[in-house]
Amino acid sequence: MSTVLKLDGLTKSFPVGKRLLGKPRGVVHAVQPVDLEVQQGETLGIVGESGCGKSTLARMLVGLLPPTDGSIEINGAPLDNADPSEFGKKIQYVFQDPISSLNPRKTIRQVMEAPLKRLHGMNRAARDKRIAEIFASVNLREEFLDRYPHEFSGGQAQRIGIARALAAEASILILDEPVSALDVSVQAQVLNLLADLKKELGLTYLFISHDLAVVEAVSDRVAVLYFGAVVEVGRAEEIFRAPRHPYTQLLANSAPVVGRALTAPEGRETELPDPLNPPSGCAFRARCPHASEICAKEVPQLSGQGHRAACHHPLDQSSATETEVSSQG
Amino acid sequence: MQFLSLLLRNRLAAAGGVVLSLVLLLALVTPLLPLANPDVTDTANRFLMPGEQGHWLGTDHLGRDLLARLLHGTRLSLAVGFAAAFFAAFFGAAIGIIAGYFGGRTDNLIMRGVDMLMAFPYILLALAIVAALGPGLTNALIAVAAVNVPFFARNIRGVTVGLAHKEFVDAARLAGLGHTRIILTEILPNVIPVIVIAMSTTIGWMILETAGLSFLGLGSQPPQADLGSMLGEARGALITNPHTSVVPGAMILVIVMSINLLGDGVRDALDPRLRSGALTRPMPATRVERKGTIPAEGEGGAVLNLRQLQTQFHVKNRIYKAVGGVDLKVAPGECLGVIGESGSGKSVTALSVMGLVASPPGVITGGAVYFQGQDLVGAPYERLRALRGDKVAYIFQDPLATLHPLYKVGDQLVEAIRVHHPVSRSEARARAVALLKQVRIPNAESRIDSYPHEMSGGMRQRVGIAMALANDPEVIIADEPTTALDVTVQAQILSLLDDLRRERGLAIIFITHDFGVVAQLCDRVAVMYAGRIVETGPTAAVLRAPAHPYTSRLIACVPELGGGRRRLEAIPGLPPAVDRLEPGCAFAPRCLKASAACREGDIALEGPGARAVRCIHPEAELEEGVA
Amino acid sequence: MTGYILKRLLSAVPVLLGITVIVFLIMAMIPGDPALAILGAYATPENVAKINRDLGLDAPLVARYFIWLGNMLTGDFGTSFSLNRPVIDEVLDRFSATLLLAGTSFVLCSVLGIAAGVISAAKQYGWADKGITFAVLLGISIPSFFLGMMMILIFAVELRWFPVSGMKMAYGGGGFADVANHLVMPAFALAVVATGVVARLSRSAMLEVLRQDFIRTARAKGVREGRVVWGHALRAAMVSIIPVLGIQAGFVLSGAVYIEMVFQWPGVGRMLVDAILKRDILLVQGGVVFVAACYVLFNIAVDVAQSLLDPRIKT
Repeated sequence: MSTVLKLDGLTKSFPVGKRLLGKPRGVVHAVQPVDLEVQQGETLGIVGESGCGKSTLARMLVGLLPPTDGSIEINGAPLDNADPSEFGKKIQYVFQDPISSLNPRKTIRQVMEAPLKRLHGMNRAARDKRIAEIFASVNLREEFLDRYPHEFSGGQAQRIGIARALAAEASILILDEPVSALDVSVQAQVLNLLADLKKELGLTYLFISHDLAVVEAVSDRVAVLYFGAVVEVGRAEEIFRAPRHPYTQLLANSAPVVGRALTAPEGRETELPDPLNPPSGCAFRARCPHASEICAKEVPQLSGQGHRAACHHPLDQSSATETEVSSQG
Repeated sequence: MQFLSLLLRNRLAAAGGVVLSLVLLLALVTPLLPLANPDVTDTANRFLMPGEQGHWLGTDHLGRDLLARLLHGTRLSLAVGFAAAFFAAFFGAAIGIIAGYFGGRTDNLIMRGVDMLMAFPYILLALAIVAALGPGLTNALIAVAAVNVPFFARNIRGVTVGLAHKEFVDAARLAGLGHTRIILTEILPNVIPVIVIAMSTTIGWMILETAGLSFLGLGSQPPQADLGSMLGEARGALITNPHTSVVPGAMILVIVMSINLLGDGVRDALDPRLRSGALTRPMPATRVERKGTIPAEGEGGAVLNLRQLQTQFHVKNRIYKAVGGVDLKVAPGECLGVIGESGSGKSVTALSVMGLVASPPGVITGGAVYFQGQDLVGAPYERLRALRGDKVAYIFQDPLATLHPLYKVGDQLVEAIRVHHPVSRSEARARAVALLKQVRIPNAESRIDSYPHEMSGGMRQRVGIAMALANDPEVIIADEPTTALDVTVQAQILSLLDDLRRERGLAIIFITHDFGVVAQLCDRVAVMYAGRIVETGPTAAVLRAPAHPYTSRLIACVPELGGGRRRLEAIPGLPPAVDRLEPGCAFAPRCLKASAACREGDIALEGPGARAVRCIHPEAELEEGVA
Repeated sequence: MTGYILKRLLSAVPVLLGITVIVFLIMAMIPGDPALAILGAYATPENVAKINRDLGLDAPLVARYFIWLGNMLTGDFGTSFSLNRPVIDEVLDRFSATLLLAGTSFVLCSVLGIAAGVISAAKQYGWADKGITFAVLLGISIPSFFLGMMMILIFAVELRWFPVSGMKMAYGGGGFADVANHLVMPAFALAVVATGVVARLSRSAMLEVLRQDFIRTARAKGVREGRVVWGHALRAAMVSIIPVLGIQAGFVLSGAVYIEMVFQWPGVGRMLVDAILKRDILLVQGGVVFVAACYVLFNIAVDVAQSLLDPRIKT
């Protein structure tokens, strides 16, 4: 297996209270330095709550936002988005809201043709043939091609979005909450389609979602984001079953699960830290039951082999989630 | 095509269109008509009344034929007005699109300039331009067009900014399109309707403006006359010979009015929100048009009992059967979960109880809602209002949208109390603080003076819950109260609700799409599909052995945390559209077990004891559940 | 709050400067010798020499701007040659009359327009709504100067309720009753268009707000419908109505020019038109800058009102 996507110290900060001239009033660090590697053919899940920076991260990866610092490498070469027609062939993006990602005044055929024409310079006949192939692979009927986006349901529109991403023939797809806007019965259809396509075409996915169960079901590895930083990375089957970072544990215990009693796993203030005025040390310490002095002083770094957590007091791997819950009752 | 038919359906707009076409036609053929020369003076025959000596509309102060002057003036006024509108729209739109699309410094610079221009009362700018260039019709045209450019620029920029951040623009960028192509193929087609609307609603205005400058003597110069300068010249003889003023004035009124009528029609036909009826105002209570017999309450014991409730949406010629005969009841201290996907009718059912379904287009068409034995469907508004928030309270989904953004949360709580109980403000405020404490808001005494936007989503939803609790209601209807919240916050809100209902013996109807939430909170559950309940029973029993194929497959297709990586059991197909329901089971087209009998007539919701299922081929034999 | 007002006042400085630049540039478009253009019919050699000295017309464009600006900052707007009077004195006299007329109209159009809009929205598709919608359409389609003339014919000539014209300068005396008597017709004629625009906008803002979730919340609480409409909904709708009132103030000021002509009102609008026709450029320049500056200050007041209403605006 080879590394197809490598993030090194990737950072994004937004100036707040911009003025026409002169310095902004403050800076929000939406994404703290993030290091991640994605292997060929792997699905890396990225999970976090609203405001954790997961969408900002995704938009940087596809060049829609310039990073403040750090680097992105694709297949060993640094990402260069100067030429959109080259860049689009390497990495593509599937949007959260399937309807608003389609121009309401273009037919689906026009939507599908854009990447074929601009990225691959195909002629009319070649385009028609390719569109037919792609539509077959995402189970869409060709009669849809001459319709407008508002005629489709969310699930169909999301298939069209996926088809458009496939048309670019990029080997890496960034899936940004691709099923959050869909109903559960349709959500499973799209998730299965994504799994099939990955196997058939040898794709690599970065799957971003706030839904832990969905991420766990589709990913090989999962990275947990909190306040713009990766706090834990590990194999999907381990990370929620035996979390090492207290935040991951909190997430896992909060997810409503059939057959588990209702508990409020957290009694304290749940507000996220103020992004304009971030706390020293670990961003999670105000909510953490294990916080100690060192947590206020030093920012914890990701440590460990394979299953890594950014915590000064990582949880014991053997202690299962369930026991923690019942003791807090 | 759709646009034209919509426009024609609007009778006022069509009338405006007809009048305007007539005026335009008349203006076009004016040079061909056998009219007197409009500029030849004949002072001997000045101020002739209409009809005298072959002058249909009489003559003006210099004895010129008013009809000829009117038609030539109309021609001129229309030409100048349309030209001004076109130039203003063209330059304004170009500036607006560039500023809105590129944003950042370009935007900042351009918009500062536009703001500068808009800092003038517009006529000052026009007067300054005319002062510099000198009076004259062309200069008046330039002035009117120039002062309107900022209005267009600002309007179009706003729309473009919204579009430039749309996901489809990002998608086009990823498909390899450059800036020029994106502006031309992605942005422009979406902006054009806005430009057309802005033009059609401002042409009338521009005609008024150019006429105004001419009226002041700054536009067309004698002997040439547009409608404005005709009026200006006639002003001196207003009292002695009013007809010379009335004729051009009335013409301006006719032209501008017909343009405005047509313009409003164009706007209504092009604006998607107006087209979809999104700008109709919901009435204080849902419309009720009950046909057929009113079902009796049946056995008692429930505080709230819905019997055969039917709620529909009437949109143009279509009827959406959002709720197609729902029976639900909830006893004191009980929590009933209603679960379903979007469009299943679960929220509409909840809102129908207190007549809160937006109407138009909502109509309650059948059934009954018994609250403590009394039917609320069709009850007088004042009776509904007295119960709302006092006996039956709601908690809604998005706590930011459901709290009034400009009132302090404390004032909203105080209002909730005082609208039903005549207590003093200070007493109500003390009660509000107590409520905030009950929903575990830290520093309740100071938080009571916060505005909703100053709170986090979780805190806002706590306020929403406090408001529902304000009058110690018998029933709380919670419509997806945690869907908009993060999972850690959701867990806290759920446990709060659970504690509250046990402490107070509340009856709760909890609407959700999440089985995990139902399992943790609710005693009983009802599963809805296409506006009907397909299965109901004690939560544990339904989840353990779902009887309806839809229930069992819905449970199977939701991944559950802790299951590791796996393939999900998807349900093929889509939920049916509720405006075209086939007879029989609505789930039959997606069901593996469906037989011919499933597609034939109504299937009853039946079962022993607390459990019931609406299916001919249930997955499991129903065991009598214990609630 | 004081801090916010100060901040807004400070931010008005560049706008005010921008206004002077725009006016200056427009006036610089006048072809030919600026001295001759400014003096027009009054171009005696003495006057030419005087104005070249006063305005530094021999200097390059940029320098001329700063001389002009500097003079204005010391209150010297130049001299009107047609009236033989300092520009600033004439403008101040005339502006007070305009302020009386436009201010009255502005209050009228705000109150009537908002009330009509709210009623229209609350009774959507009812008879009140249809009546108001038609009246509004008529109001925004009729030229205000034509309306004024028709009012003179009907109410002054036929019914003899009000005087045709003849408002004295504001300082000219005549007492409150006389002023009010002269004010009624022009103020109404001027308010009609703006009332129509405000009513239209208030109606659509109300319709927008009435669909919001928080209105449903208010109803779910059991709040009485009157309070839902005139309290909850109108309060939220005011957020989008107030900026329009700011813009309408500009339209009322603009419309005042026509109304002043029709009713012979001794205001700044009539002064400007006369000045243009007499090519009294300095009077035009001074009048435009002065009125525009007042309008900028008025809009700051509008912003402050908006921030008082909407706590989401950072003050």
